[in-house]
Amino acid sequence: MRIAMFCSLVRTEEKWLLEAFQRRGVEAEVIHDRSTVLEVGVSDGWNRFDAALMRSLSHWQALHAAQLLEDIGLPVVNPASVIHTCSDKLLTTAALVRAGVPTPRVRVAFSPAGALQAIEEWGYPVVLKPVLGSWGRLLARVNDRDAAEALLEHKETLGGFAHGVYYIQEYIPKPGRDIRAFVVGGETIAAIYRSSEHWITNTARGGRASNCPITPELADLCARAAAAVGGGVLAIDLFEDPQRGLLVNEINHSMEFRNSVEPTGVDIPGAIVDFVIRVIRDGWAAAHSCPLPQEVQRWNGSA
Amino acid sequence: MPSGICPECAAHVPLREDVVLHEFLTCPECGTALEVISLSPLTLDRAPQVEEDWGE
Repeated sequence: MRIAMFCSLVRTEEKWLLEAFQRRGVEAEVIHDRSTVLEVGVSDGWNRFDAALMRSLSHWQALHAAQLLEDIGLPVVNPASVIHTCSDKLLTTAALVRAGVPTPRVRVAFSPAGALQAIEEWGYPVVLKPVLGSWGRLLARVNDRDAAEALLEHKETLGGFAHGVYYIQEYIPKPGRDIRAFVVGGETIAAIYRSSEHWITNTARGGRASNCPITPELADLCARAAAAVGGGVLAIDLFEDPQRGLLVNEINHSMEFRNSVEPTGVDIPGAIVDFVIRVIRDGWAAAHSCPLPQEVQRWNGSA
Repeated sequence: MPSGICPECAAHVPLREDVVLHEFLTCPECGTALEVISLSPLTLDRAPQVEEDWGE
């Protein structure tokens, strides 16, 4: 077996994945995204691989490379459809709502005036997020009208085209932490609490990781959330709402786990590698422990 | 132990024996984010800047 591991940089995660492949006798080759040229519909040079594992830092590049590799018949983890949904917070929210998965309420506007109206109708605080973005960057808790007007003007003036979609999320008062669950093939293999005095709890922003027990409720909700976006290797972020219980906030398609292996004691890279091997052997749908929607099962000829 | 030169501060940056191309590391002297751009000879350059669509 030979795997193409698409990377922008080889970080701790990618080193651990390379080691996990090696331990299983699987050859994994680093394919540097910025050095790669693909010809649409041409598989020459890619026949030597049995699958591709997408670890690009760029959502945009990962999405397009994954689509081209799928088109020449290579199983890709995660496939382009999953990257497409998960790299956009609004598409993720829409997929969760369609599947009946509890998630914070979200309003969307397409102009600063529309966004201000949507915020004022809800009242303060609310959270403004870019639909594209990660690591807790450019999130804003909007506490009053003055802040809303300033932020919306900044987004309109300084932001790129993606900031023209105004994603407004209800503010959930977190108990100083949220939950990051690692879901592979529909199974929640590990979870951490991310604790911080700041309302943003991402570990990239200083949140501290500690083990979170996987309750049946958490595992069930994560399986449903994973299925809603097409399955695969996913990091699911959840809030603990005092009234409504667990709410799925966001889903990440290219998980980082360097701070989570030690507190959970779970071999996360090993689980990812085993999943890639299952996809090669059994197909996408059969590699999952939970049923996937029909449109997802059609992918890769699995249904 | 292999090592490279930090392009920012000229420090000797120690690398593991299993260093790979495009490996990301931080200079222990100046904290600059670095990328291994060649294995032979071992060469370090500043890592690319974070783009808006980068992330998990």
